[in-house]
Amino acid sequence: MSKLLPHPILTLVIAFVFVALINTFSLGSMLLGGVIGVAIPLFTSPYWPVSPTIRNPLKVVEYVAIVGWDIVVSNVQVAYWVLFWPSRRLQTRYVVVPLELTSPEAIALLAGTITMTPGTVSADLAADGSAILVHCLHTTDPDGTVAQIKTRYERRLKEIFG
Amino acid sequence: MIATACLVAVGAISVSAVMNLYRLGRGPDVLDRILSLETLVINTIGLVVVIGIWFGTALYFEIALLFVAVGFLSTVAFCKYLLRGNVIE
Amino acid sequence: MTMAWLSEFLVSALILIGAFFLFVGSFGLMKLPDIMRRLHAPTKSTTLGIGSLLIASMLYFALLRDEPSLHELIMSVFLFLTAPITAHMISKAHILRSRALQQELPKPPGEEGWATLDPHGVDEARSTEPAQPPR
Repeated sequence: MSKLLPHPILTLVIAFVFVALINTFSLGSMLLGGVIGVAIPLFTSPYWPVSPTIRNPLKVVEYVAIVGWDIVVSNVQVAYWVLFWPSRRLQTRYVVVPLELTSPEAIALLAGTITMTPGTVSADLAADGSAILVHCLHTTDPDGTVAQIKTRYERRLKEIFG
Repeated sequence: MIATACLVAVGAISVSAVMNLYRLGRGPDVLDRILSLETLVINTIGLVVVIGIWFGTALYFEIALLFVAVGFLSTVAFCKYLLRGNVIE
Repeated sequence: MTMAWLSEFLVSALILIGAFFLFVGSFGLMKLPDIMRRLHAPTKSTTLGIGSLLIASMLYFALLRDEPSLHELIMSVFLFLTAPITAHMISKAHILRSRALQQELPKPPGEEGWATLDPHGVDEARSTEPAQPPR
């Protein structure tokens, strides 16, 4: 089973993307999508040897919901700052978020989440993967920002990936 | 109602594209120009989608799909070139 | 009758919201004073704007014209996945190119530096190679 399907979720995603690109739910496109979905993970498995284990699928739904809500809130906030504040009032600075996550997939997900949510962009990663450099558009409380990222996103990712 | 909304949206997106062109010409650094090109591509995708709704045809979405892929790849290739002096090592 | 009116209203509102966020992203790109601050407006606002426009398009073709399409879903997922990557690449290139910024960056807690300035393993590989002739 694991020999034939090294990444079952990737297989599902590829099959769905193929069907969506064809844009019809015919049997033929689903069959071809399934064949491609099996073939591509088989041929690329040497480049992605260790697949992450997802402990808790329910937590994934919770995480996606929280991040989606935060994206909308952060956009309204950034739009307000951009439109109505003079630029010199924005207190821009870099902060360092130390990481407890170790799996590369989890770190990539956390960096993407930081970029999409309130007023922060992940700018760089430490060479040994121990910290993320985060650029804040406006913050008066850098420690509070770091604590919020750690409790709101990193704790949940740790519960998902273990 | 939808036609009016599409008209307003096309106007707003065109003004955004003009602002991107300002940053593209003015931008002091090459990174500003890369960022404004990326934003210009995204604005173009928005324009294609709005015009698709306005004319009631789903024909244009494949163009938009190509724009999404090409815009992302060109931005990453520019940045990679600036970072390493090479696109494919 | 009211159902059609309601979906028309929903689609129009989503189109206007999307156009507004695209406008805000481009306005921030024009107004803000330096590259790292400019990075915030396009990455966040334009992605949400495009997402909103694509939801409007999906609703329009599914509810009002009865020809549902999945291309919009692919496009919005692709944009939401790639926006953080472009932002990360641009900020990495900015850190590499700005000498003044490198002096005032905070240090990471570990022993290694930031990956852009202190790439892991590349230096060891370079030291064993023969020196490149100057071009």
